[in-house]
Amino acid sequence: MIEMFHFLPASASGAAARFDLLMLALMLLTGAVALAVTLLIVWFSFHYRKGSGADRSDAPAGNRIIEVAWIVTPLLLFMGMYVWAAYDYAQLYRGPANAMPVFVVAKQWMWKLEHANGHREIDELHVPLGQPMRLVMTSQDVIHSFYVPAFRIKQDVVPGRYTTLWFTPTRTGEFHLFCAEYCGTEHSVMGGRIVVMPPADFTRWLQQGTSQPGIAAHGFELFRRHGCSGCHSAGSSVHAPDLNGLLGRTVHLQDGRTLVADENYIRDSMLLPKKDVVAGFEPIMPSFAGQLSEEEIMAIIEYLRQTGAEHASASK
Amino acid sequence: MKTAAPAAPVRVPPQFDTPAQQDAAATLGLWVFLATELMFFGPLFFGYSYGRSHFLQAFAVASRHTDVVLGSVNTAVLLTSSFTMALAAGMRKADGRRAAMWLLWATAALGIAFLFIKGTEYLHDWQQHLIPGTGFALGQGDSAGAQLFFFLYFATTALHAVHLTLGISVTGVFAFALRRGAVQFANGERIELVALYWHFVDVIWIFLYPILYLVGRSGG
Amino acid sequence: MPAPANSTASPAAATASNYLTEGTTLKSWLTTYDHKRIALLYLVSITAFFFIGGAAATLIRLELATPAGDLVTHDTYNKLFTMHGVIMVWLFLIPSIPSALGNFLMPMMIGARDLAFPRLNLASWYIYVAGGIFTIAALIAGGVDTGWTFYTPFSTMFSNTHVILVLVGVFIVGFSSILTGLNFIVTVHTMRAPGMGWFRLPLFVWANYATSIILVLATPVLAMTLLLVAAERLFGLGIFDPALGGDPLLFQHLFWFYSHPAVYIMVLPAMGVVSEIIPCFARKRVFGYRFMAYAILGIAVFGFMVWGHHMFVSGSSVYGNMVFSLLSFLVAIPSAIKVFNWTATLYKGSITFSAPMLYALGFVGLFTIGGLTGLILASLAIDVHLTDTYFVVAHFHYIMVGGAVMAYLGGVHFWWPKISGRLYPESWGRVAALLIFFGFNLTFFPQYLLGYGGMPRRYHTYPPEFQLLNILSSAGASILAMGYLLPLGYLGWSLFYGKRAGSNPWRATGLEWQTPSPPPTENFAHPPVVSTGPYEYEPQTGTELPQ
Repeated sequence: MIEMFHFLPASASGAAARFDLLMLALMLLTGAVALAVTLLIVWFSFHYRKGSGADRSDAPAGNRIIEVAWIVTPLLLFMGMYVWAAYDYAQLYRGPANAMPVFVVAKQWMWKLEHANGHREIDELHVPLGQPMRLVMTSQDVIHSFYVPAFRIKQDVVPGRYTTLWFTPTRTGEFHLFCAEYCGTEHSVMGGRIVVMPPADFTRWLQQGTSQPGIAAHGFELFRRHGCSGCHSAGSSVHAPDLNGLLGRTVHLQDGRTLVADENYIRDSMLLPKKDVVAGFEPIMPSFAGQLSEEEIMAIIEYLRQTGAEHASASK
Repeated sequence: MKTAAPAAPVRVPPQFDTPAQQDAAATLGLWVFLATELMFFGPLFFGYSYGRSHFLQAFAVASRHTDVVLGSVNTAVLLTSSFTMALAAGMRKADGRRAAMWLLWATAALGIAFLFIKGTEYLHDWQQHLIPGTGFALGQGDSAGAQLFFFLYFATTALHAVHLTLGISVTGVFAFALRRGAVQFANGERIELVALYWHFVDVIWIFLYPILYLVGRSGG
Repeated sequence: MPAPANSTASPAAATASNYLTEGTTLKSWLTTYDHKRIALLYLVSITAFFFIGGAAATLIRLELATPAGDLVTHDTYNKLFTMHGVIMVWLFLIPSIPSALGNFLMPMMIGARDLAFPRLNLASWYIYVAGGIFTIAALIAGGVDTGWTFYTPFSTMFSNTHVILVLVGVFIVGFSSILTGLNFIVTVHTMRAPGMGWFRLPLFVWANYATSIILVLATPVLAMTLLLVAAERLFGLGIFDPALGGDPLLFQHLFWFYSHPAVYIMVLPAMGVVSEIIPCFARKRVFGYRFMAYAILGIAVFGFMVWGHHMFVSGSSVYGNMVFSLLSFLVAIPSAIKVFNWTATLYKGSITFSAPMLYALGFVGLFTIGGLTGLILASLAIDVHLTDTYFVVAHFHYIMVGGAVMAYLGGVHFWWPKISGRLYPESWGRVAALLIFFGFNLTFFPQYLLGYGGMPRRYHTYPPEFQLLNILSSAGASILAMGYLLPLGYLGWSLFYGKRAGSNPWRATGLEWQTPSPPPTENFAHPPVVSTGPYEYEPQTGTELPQ
């Protein structure tokens, strides 16, 4: 059942519990300040109302010590809040290496998701309990945002690049998925649900409904069909960079810059090949803009990621 | 009431108390206006630095397709016009009204020459299909960086040209005023403000010239 | 020495020639250079736009009372919240206090006869009206559905509405802001009366001066950004369009670089108003005047450095976000100083509760809550959950409506006798203030809860579990609407039937109260010479210190 709305939504991810604690602390602190200010205003208004016999002698027009005190004290409290929140935030972006990938393509007005083994979903995401998940996301059209209140996570999904979201579900059940970046007519109904299942149930579910090959296999098929292997394989007569294990590798570019190859770099290399040319190679790669869908690009990248894994294990 | 003194009393608008106050207000007003102009050009410069960092190669290639000869000539023209403008302001303050008038005409003429040369460049750019949009001829299939460069080239130089045209018009107005003998209208303080505006437009060009024309031309 | 405070001015003073009676034709109003008349031109225009934007809000809250989209279609709803935002931000909030009150008061508060550039001032109003016409034209032509934030690529490549019309309208209105700001800066620097040093200026002047700095530096960036959006939409250029190698995030950086300082454009003048009202009705000097002045400047400066906090989940770098979060905490410090100092001003004062005072005290409380929730949003980890939800909507309405609009109304009431020469009926004023305070809280507090519960913003329909809080919010909105209509009624009534006001009915300090109500066109018969600081109130006896 979709959770009934309580003051706090269900807390269903590892992050959610930490954030609720932080939020509680912030609410207490800010609530205390708001209460104190309100009470002071009310008390002063009452006690010093015109005609009351209160003592008004030596009414101060300023007090440097008090001013400094109420600058420094909030400053210290704010810095504490900042550090705590920044630390928790940084944790969000440190996904474990064993995170299970899911590929997400958003479009007006639906979510298309694909698990690594090729099982596809629309507006729904099934995940196993306790398993760190890694969502690699892009949009086909406008900016959307993947929001799961129960997990306390949100990430904009941007056309033209990949954004990533990590989470670990900690409760079974069904939870709202919302689009949280205004994207046009049906923005408010572009939602769905996250279904967290016990691991065994999830494994069973994952095997069903998969008649197409896994994403990496699909990527390999595309890699051959579009002629990538014609230049980028070992036996080719064309001098082109070796793509095995490319993800995570440091790349030296022609203009002297260096970067670490990530999904965005590979995507740009396919669509805008003259943008970041590798040192020592001619800029002769054609662009595949318009020939590959977002899902196909993701599949090729996943294939390249697998070659890296094979490469690593083969060289051990 | 007029006295018998040789100079007519200077009238100030009702909100001001003295001519000195009026001049202070006009000067500060122009400086604040120039600050807003800087912030108006700012996003274009920001867009340029963004594009330069993301499309290093493409920007260099595209920049080599600008006309460095005409661009350099134009730079010389504009710098000279700033010189004549500064001289004009100085002359007017030293009461050399006729000299100031001729120098203002010279400044305006140089400004018009700049616009003419720029127009010629735009014509050549159009003939070489360097206008962004359909028909853009640099870097088939991967022309994003080059198009961005040329969009910024046209946007910044066109915005600059609009400001220069305004400056030429105002310079012409003051040159005419001096010809008519309207010495209170075309006083030293005002012409100095016109010069300030002119120099600002020149300074913008001094930044535009290297980033548009000279990228990727050094060393090859 | 300034003319002695005339708190018992005879009604006959009102029949002397003043800025209202000098020239009664429409032409004399439309071609005026008098800053006071221009202020009234603004007052009428912004009130009209306020109610148009308010009509959109009414429809929004009516629709949101039920989870289903049963009042209007998706597209119409999206147009409603877009026009509500565009009109309220650019055609109401940004011009409200500076152009309607600031134009009237700034010259008088510094002892001048007018602003430095009166013709530019009139031009500002015409430019504002022209921009407003374009915006209303877009509304009539069918509206715009991009949200007031115009995010790309939706606004450049996907929206099928009259985006260009609205962009042109906002672009034009921006120049009105820039020119007003320029006028204020030059006026404060060059036209202060003899003896009026910087630290004798009323805080209202400081606030509008700092606002003007933001106006002149930030607005041009918006103008250029909107031009780029229009260029991309018209010519298919690849600036923000990823398919052509552009970057949608570039738009967000450029947009928020203006739009964050814009919120300080909206709130700083409100703080200035509150700083005039509280000392007057507590009969006591502002606590910590210099700290207040420096805090105003600090808010303006820091306000330029925090724009990235609108983009924490947009895909920007984690380290960049950490810097923006830190700066966002720092910008709260000067605001905190101001809240504490207003509270301390009440200490050992002699307090009365006129309508302006109720608005001002309401501002302090509501701005505090809104500001504290801003700190919560600045906290990176929490913002991941709360951004793009109703928590943000509640936060900014607490500041903009609970803060800026209440201060604006407080200012209108406070200076009404000076502007119109009439007293408004005080009981009605208090009733409206209380109604607005109550209605406001009922409307927007539930939205904090909705946000934390996970309801995203800009949602036409929503899951049924959010309905209870939405109903409370809509109920509050109906009360708030009544509260806003009341002043329209009794202020209008007072123009014809209100008691005539003396020059200083509140026994306030400030040079504007040294003139008759309404003032003569030239403000001061003789330029005043200032020999004291502002806010020379004495609580024991409840009168100002002798001059």
